[in-house]
Amino acid sequence: MLRYILRRLLQAVPVFLGTTFLIYFMVFAMPGNPIVALFGDKTPNPAQVAVLEAQYNLDKPFFVQYVLYLKNVLTGDLGTTFSGRNVNEVFGATFPVTLKLVLMAVVLEFVLSVVIGLISGLREGKYFDNASVVVALVLNSLPVFVALFLAQYFIGIKWGLAPVTVGRDTSWGAMFVPALVIALTIYVTGMRLMRGSVIEARSEDYVRTAYAKGLTSRRIVPVHIARNSLIPVVTNSAASFGALIAGTTITEGIYNIPGVGNTLFQAIIRGENATVVSFVTILTLLYVIVNILVDLLYAVLDPRIRYV
Amino acid sequence: MNNVTTSVVSRQAPGQHHGPLVAVKDLEVSFRTLGGSVSAVRGMSFDIWPGETVAIVGESGSGKSTTATALINLLPSNGRIGAGSITIDGREMVGLSQDQMASVRGKLVGYVPQDPMSNLNPVWSVGFQVEEAVRANGLAHTRKEIKARAVEVLKEAGLADADRRMKQFPHQFSGGMRQRVLIGIGLAADPKLLIADEPTSALDVTVQKTILDHLDTLTRENHTAVLFITHDLGLAAERASKLIVMHRGKIVEAGPSVELLQDPQHPYTKSLIAAAPSLASRRIRGASASDDGGTTLDMARLAAHHHGTAEELHVSDAPVSIEVKNLTKVFSIRKGGFRTESLTAVDNVSFTVRKGSTLALVGESGSGKTTAARMILGLEPPTSGDIVVGGTNLNGISRKGMFNLRSRMQPVFQDPYASLDPQRSIGAIIAEPLKVHAVGDRPTRVARVKELLDQVSLPQAIAQRYPNELSGGQRQRVAVARALALKPEVVVLDEAVSALDVLVQAQVLQLLADLQEDLGLTYLFITHDLAVVRVVADEVAVMENGKIVETGTTDEIFANAQKPYTQRLLDAIPGSGIEWAP
Repeated sequence: MLRYILRRLLQAVPVFLGTTFLIYFMVFAMPGNPIVALFGDKTPNPAQVAVLEAQYNLDKPFFVQYVLYLKNVLTGDLGTTFSGRNVNEVFGATFPVTLKLVLMAVVLEFVLSVVIGLISGLREGKYFDNASVVVALVLNSLPVFVALFLAQYFIGIKWGLAPVTVGRDTSWGAMFVPALVIALTIYVTGMRLMRGSVIEARSEDYVRTAYAKGLTSRRIVPVHIARNSLIPVVTNSAASFGALIAGTTITEGIYNIPGVGNTLFQAIIRGENATVVSFVTILTLLYVIVNILVDLLYAVLDPRIRYV
Repeated sequence: MNNVTTSVVSRQAPGQHHGPLVAVKDLEVSFRTLGGSVSAVRGMSFDIWPGETVAIVGESGSGKSTTATALINLLPSNGRIGAGSITIDGREMVGLSQDQMASVRGKLVGYVPQDPMSNLNPVWSVGFQVEEAVRANGLAHTRKEIKARAVEVLKEAGLADADRRMKQFPHQFSGGMRQRVLIGIGLAADPKLLIADEPTSALDVTVQKTILDHLDTLTRENHTAVLFITHDLGLAAERASKLIVMHRGKIVEAGPSVELLQDPQHPYTKSLIAAAPSLASRRIRGASASDDGGTTLDMARLAAHHHGTAEELHVSDAPVSIEVKNLTKVFSIRKGGFRTESLTAVDNVSFTVRKGSTLALVGESGSGKTTAARMILGLEPPTSGDIVVGGTNLNGISRKGMFNLRSRMQPVFQDPYASLDPQRSIGAIIAEPLKVHAVGDRPTRVARVKELLDQVSLPQAIAQRYPNELSGGQRQRVAVARALALKPEVVVLDEAVSALDVLVQAQVLQLLADLQEDLGLTYLFITHDLAVVRVVADEVAVMENGKIVETGTTDEIFANAQKPYTQRLLDAIPGSGIEWAP
């Protein structure tokens, strides 16, 4: 087990180097001079530009810049933004907001998947099953930004049930609507997984044996059907957790949530190398770690799986 | 067990139901399918008396399992009882709601399923699953009592170290151990009837014997009636006092076991008995070599008309076709952390097979027989030792050499459902080896496929069809045809008939004997079934824990086994103690 985790962490090293290099290169290759862009319409003083370029190491060749950056990252310094804030600090402030949003979305997605999938699977081919497929299909084919605008318009403006944007108040309640919208647009995968494994589990021999023991459906459905069917659904939800952490930019933009995605988006527009590369690197590492956890979760859910 | 009826009456409380424990009348069961309703059981009627053991025998698809599951309504969701009545202990079962049925299952009727591998939930511990049965049947109430009773149930079922193993998961148990758990669950509430649906068909013969002996003891002590479902006539006759033979959803014949086995009336029963290989059977010969010359499949007759000349057909100075010397295979198994453990699957094994003869490699699962076969086929590199096939040593052979050798040595595997590519036509499957080895052009290959289909007695038109349109027996014939396509000298048959029903098995065995006679093939026959060995092999090598413990001619081994292990295997053949119909 320990050996397995170590091996997986070692595999993360080339992933780390590869992503940082790629991102750094892509940001470097973006057209325009970020320092000049900082001055907006004004024409900057060349001496001032040179000082700023030296401060952010932008006057050095690409590889030197990259190595200097790596050195800083490995010593725990993610750099500073143009506004002078420490990137570590910026990440520390924005990450909990995103984490909250994603956690809520994933929990909602999981609950929707399990409940609807279980009922659909138990009533295969009946009215509920067919209706749930149609609904899921419509929701799934709706792009997330369209769904968000619709939610904003109806729930926020027309009916006034929830705030239109989140802004500074990042409480659970304030972020419920965007989290629910994310969940609704992605739950179909988990729901179909659950439905499929429930249908499969229903005809398993051990379920028939459970009935033969004299157990009733009230016990067999949760203990022998749902429990076994959860394995793929839990891992699917955990995987979407990893994907969402790095993929809430649009949601955060539309709902004006001060999270990682929003900040990253602003940084890309401003061409702040250090912020962009650092954020993407941390998100990549988080994604890798979440995936290792997902694999370990398999072993918890299914006693047959052992990692060596 | 005929003398127990008197004691039954005294055991029953006054005022309770008298008469048969189970009375099935005119039972009709059908399945809804896309093509409409398919009738699986038609007009079935039988009784089971308290304490009696009744066996239903039939081939796959005969409706025997459907009958058993219909008794406690465990039919698959598309199955339906169309008509008839089932009374158990005086209670009508047809029309009961699921909840009412739940009070019958487990308590009044216990159930032991067929496949121990798939009948325990893999994500719950064994203890959990036994405790669940104990609780459901109201045998104990507090947590402690439930656990204690569950341990007791497992101990009664023959798991001596049940205490320690309660927390383990099904995959940590062997097949035999799991079947004991399932038997324990089935008998947990001391039911009046136990339905045992092929309870041991997935297990080795010796394990089968121990488990069935144990089941016998338990049910006899508690005076439990048993409905035994099996495809194995010998096993049924040995374990049950009454036999019911089913064919296509109907009872063709029923009666006391020994009587039925020795004096069958119905032609179908007769053919079943004739096709079942037993200790009394003799080596099947190719049609051209046997006296009666016909296309007979009658093993009993072969036994009666055994001709001494047969053995001399295979003169001992025929050239050696397969020679195996000091073959060893060691696997290393990861044990978690940095530890590994080595497992010697095949341990210093040596044998020779002469051209045109059959050597049977016999043993229980895990004895190393399949690993040995895989090494001979060049599918697994040996750790040490030499394999010489048709004069070519596999040791240090080049890729090209191995490729050429493969054309002279072909396998037939156990499962005809898994070994044929479902996406390709039968013609393409049989022609593939010819294509790979660039033999002939298209027209000659098509001609060769037709020739091969003739050889395995399949119609030529089958070449255009796909595996899913064929029966198990037909598929196995296709697998044999594919193996013969390159005109090999050696055919390795790995449990090639184990998955087949007895009538089909007899046909395939006869086919193999005919082909051996006509083409001078050398067979290496891997099997766990000694009764089959009796009818196919010239020589036998018995394997135990990777070692060959005994070798000899088939007659020597069966008449006079030297090693206790071999004797145990022979004793475990079901029905060996019964005299069969001549």
